[in-house]
Amino acid sequence: MTLLGSFALWAAFLLGLWSAALAFFGRWQDRPALARSIIRGSYAICAALLVAAVALWKGIFTHDFNIEYVAAYTSRNLPEYYLISAFWAGQKGSLLFWAVVLGIFGALAQALTSSRHKHLLPYVAGVTSVVVAFFVAVMLFGEHANPFERMAFTPPDGRGLNPQLQNPGMVMHPPMLYLGYISLTVPFAFAIAALLARTLDAGWIIAMRKWALASWLFLSIGITIGMWWAYVELGWGGVWAWDPVENASFHPWLTLTAFLHSVMIQEKRGMLKRWNISLMVGTYLLSIFGTFITRSGVIASVHSFTQSDIGSFFLAFLIVTAIVSFTLLYTRWPSLKADVELESLVSREAAFLFNNLALVGIAFSVLWGTLFPIISEAVRGTKITVGPPFFNRINVPLGLFLLFLTGVGPLIAWRKASASNLRRQFIIPTAGFVLVATVLIAMGMRDFYAMMALALAGFVTGTVLQEFYRGIRARMTMHSESPLLALGRLVARNRRRYGGYIVHIGVVVYFVAFTGLAFKVKTSVELQPGQSTTVRSPYGHSYKLTHLGVSQYAALNRRVSAATLEVTRDGTRLGTITSEKRQHIDSFGNPTFEPSTEVGIRSDLREDLYVVYAGSPDGTERANFTILINPLVIWFWIGGAILTFGGLITMWPGGAQVRTVRRRAVAQAGYAVPLAGVAE
Amino acid sequence: MRTLSRRQLLRGAAIVVTPVAALRLTAQDLMKVLPKDSAAAADRLAEPWLVGRPQAEITAMDNDGTVIGIERRLHCTCGCTLDIYTCRTTDFTCTYSPALHKEIVAMVLAKQTPEQIVEAFVAREGEKMLMAPVASGFNLAGYLVPGLTVLSAGLALAAYLSRRRTAVAAEASAAATVIPAPVDDEALARLKRALDEVDS
Repeated sequence: MTLLGSFALWAAFLLGLWSAALAFFGRWQDRPALARSIIRGSYAICAALLVAAVALWKGIFTHDFNIEYVAAYTSRNLPEYYLISAFWAGQKGSLLFWAVVLGIFGALAQALTSSRHKHLLPYVAGVTSVVVAFFVAVMLFGEHANPFERMAFTPPDGRGLNPQLQNPGMVMHPPMLYLGYISLTVPFAFAIAALLARTLDAGWIIAMRKWALASWLFLSIGITIGMWWAYVELGWGGVWAWDPVENASFHPWLTLTAFLHSVMIQEKRGMLKRWNISLMVGTYLLSIFGTFITRSGVIASVHSFTQSDIGSFFLAFLIVTAIVSFTLLYTRWPSLKADVELESLVSREAAFLFNNLALVGIAFSVLWGTLFPIISEAVRGTKITVGPPFFNRINVPLGLFLLFLTGVGPLIAWRKASASNLRRQFIIPTAGFVLVATVLIAMGMRDFYAMMALALAGFVTGTVLQEFYRGIRARMTMHSESPLLALGRLVARNRRRYGGYIVHIGVVVYFVAFTGLAFKVKTSVELQPGQSTTVRSPYGHSYKLTHLGVSQYAALNRRVSAATLEVTRDGTRLGTITSEKRQHIDSFGNPTFEPSTEVGIRSDLREDLYVVYAGSPDGTERANFTILINPLVIWFWIGGAILTFGGLITMWPGGAQVRTVRRRAVAQAGYAVPLAGVAE
Repeated sequence: MRTLSRRQLLRGAAIVVTPVAALRLTAQDLMKVLPKDSAAAADRLAEPWLVGRPQAEITAMDNDGTVIGIERRLHCTCGCTLDIYTCRTTDFTCTYSPALHKEIVAMVLAKQTPEQIVEAFVAREGEKMLMAPVASGFNLAGYLVPGLTVLSAGLALAAYLSRRRTAVAAEASAAATVIPAPVDDEALARLKRALDEVDS
């Protein structure tokens, strides 16, 4: 199968080059037949890469340990669902995964794009084919990057998967992030196609809007699952550590969020054409930059893959892509002039612009912090560390500004808002802000940033609720609908707008959850079996934890030492909580990695009790525990679910398109009035 | 057919019964159930190596606010990206963070101030020991560039939009002051017919 896999990779590489060359040549020479054949080329690339994927999965599932990748990341006793995720657990497999998914997305972009935009498709195929060919070239020509590389001998068993990757979160988190990164290639390809074809109206935006939304949704889900994995697996009780690789996923998310807002201004008012296309190019470059720092080892990170020379491939690709994109932008700059000018600084367009400024500003500050150690070393020759205190100090104020704008944007009218309009719109959200701030001050909260975050959360919630209330009330008045029916139809008929508001609520919930982490309690204790300790939560609850003992037993691919504590809160028994030490073993019983730790968590809406079994001082059941009480953590996952739900609503086909068509029909009827004689 | 020995049967029964019983028993009940000598016998782990390297005994200084405050400012030297406190309470395979912790505790007990301790580590290990660079000299650029960039971009944007708005308003007003060309009766009649058509 490795032979077939390697052959498929070569086929995909050559097809990629061939398709790209034909696509650009065919479109440039205006030979539609040639350009159309590229579409079939996209399907052929996809098929070749699927064959390569099947070949690797077969090697993984048949335990072909002669394949270096299979021996490095799997073992005979690895559970089957982790055999699936082993495909993308290492450098080589993840490169193949990237190429396969890009092949599929490239083909889907050809198959699903409306015929209205078919003039862009050859160029789109050309761009996706170039990117696919690049990723396959990395595997074929990079040092130790080919997933089908065989060894000179066959070990009896593989090394197995890193214990920290043996977690359901890791089955979902990397592919979701990859799907986000990879699907960004399609909107980028449409942007480049629009530049090449010189069709710089809103057509390319309409053609790629769903792809951009899908990328954003994948990135959002991937980041949230990554946070969940970090929380339940790494044992530090946090969700975000400003690690360079975490930041790398955050950069494109921020700029893509900015794009999804600013693109509305281009669609509605024909403004910001230059900004939007630049933002899309920048977002794609940031995704490649993230891949570069993850795979090059240029910046220290706990998430980095093994260092290899493939970082130089990505750096070269990044530079070439940037040069080509910016050259195209420069040459098409005059054609990207806005149709109309901004009429007022107090308008929704201006609010969106400032929202873009905040999002891109945060992206820049995170990028700056990520790169500052390299800059400092280059300028001063001194190595420095840029950790969470730095990022928090810079980004918390910017984040609060962004949260404020999240609430402001929907309140201001398009084109120009009057003073009376502003007064009417701001009363309820401002009341939400004041109410929350007053309650918090009365409760004794004195942390400025936490208070501002919660009060602004009240402000944004006020904005969203007001928008829903007015929309529902209008429908109830006009159509005599019940409140629930009005709500359903309001959302169904304006999916983009109200889905967006639901996303805003998800973001608010995230901010609330992050605020909770400022109040977490952490302590280390040593307990004999039967001995208890008491921990006081920020809410004033008293948790009593009693060590019940440590039991040791064998599981499928590990030997487990489980420490169990009985938990009472304010004297009421809640049950038990167990944290484990896991020594993973191969199928011969030999240890494969250092013992890992599985935390015990008891969650409710207010706070999480989080217990980590650190180990034993003397080889007895006397155990060291790290105990944390983390307020509001569950709201991260609720916020993620709300955000995903809102994102799905905005993406759902139907509603908005119908409205656009109707409106266009009305507009055409208006222009059809024969006033030509008068106008002359 | 495989036969079970009496010991195997009892062990199997115990495996089934224990989790069920554990659901009902509190810790105090368990301690009552277990005789003292059997509790002592259970104290020794069957395979101590499975729980990793032996941990240091926890003292009051491990939870001391001053010690934790210092450790949060200093970077662990094991090659991770964590501060000493997070590393020693998270990565139980790390041998660096417990050693650094011991040093810090000794320095605190020797009545050194947090600043002195941090400076001592920076002098020994270099500036990379700090979790965030000191806000002075070139490092100021690290802290100020993002904020200043966003601020200046915001001001520039506001100024540009304001100027464009003025220009647009001026153009609109110029267009409004143009004296319309006289319209003949025939054109007006055509306009009226067209408007009537729209109204109907």
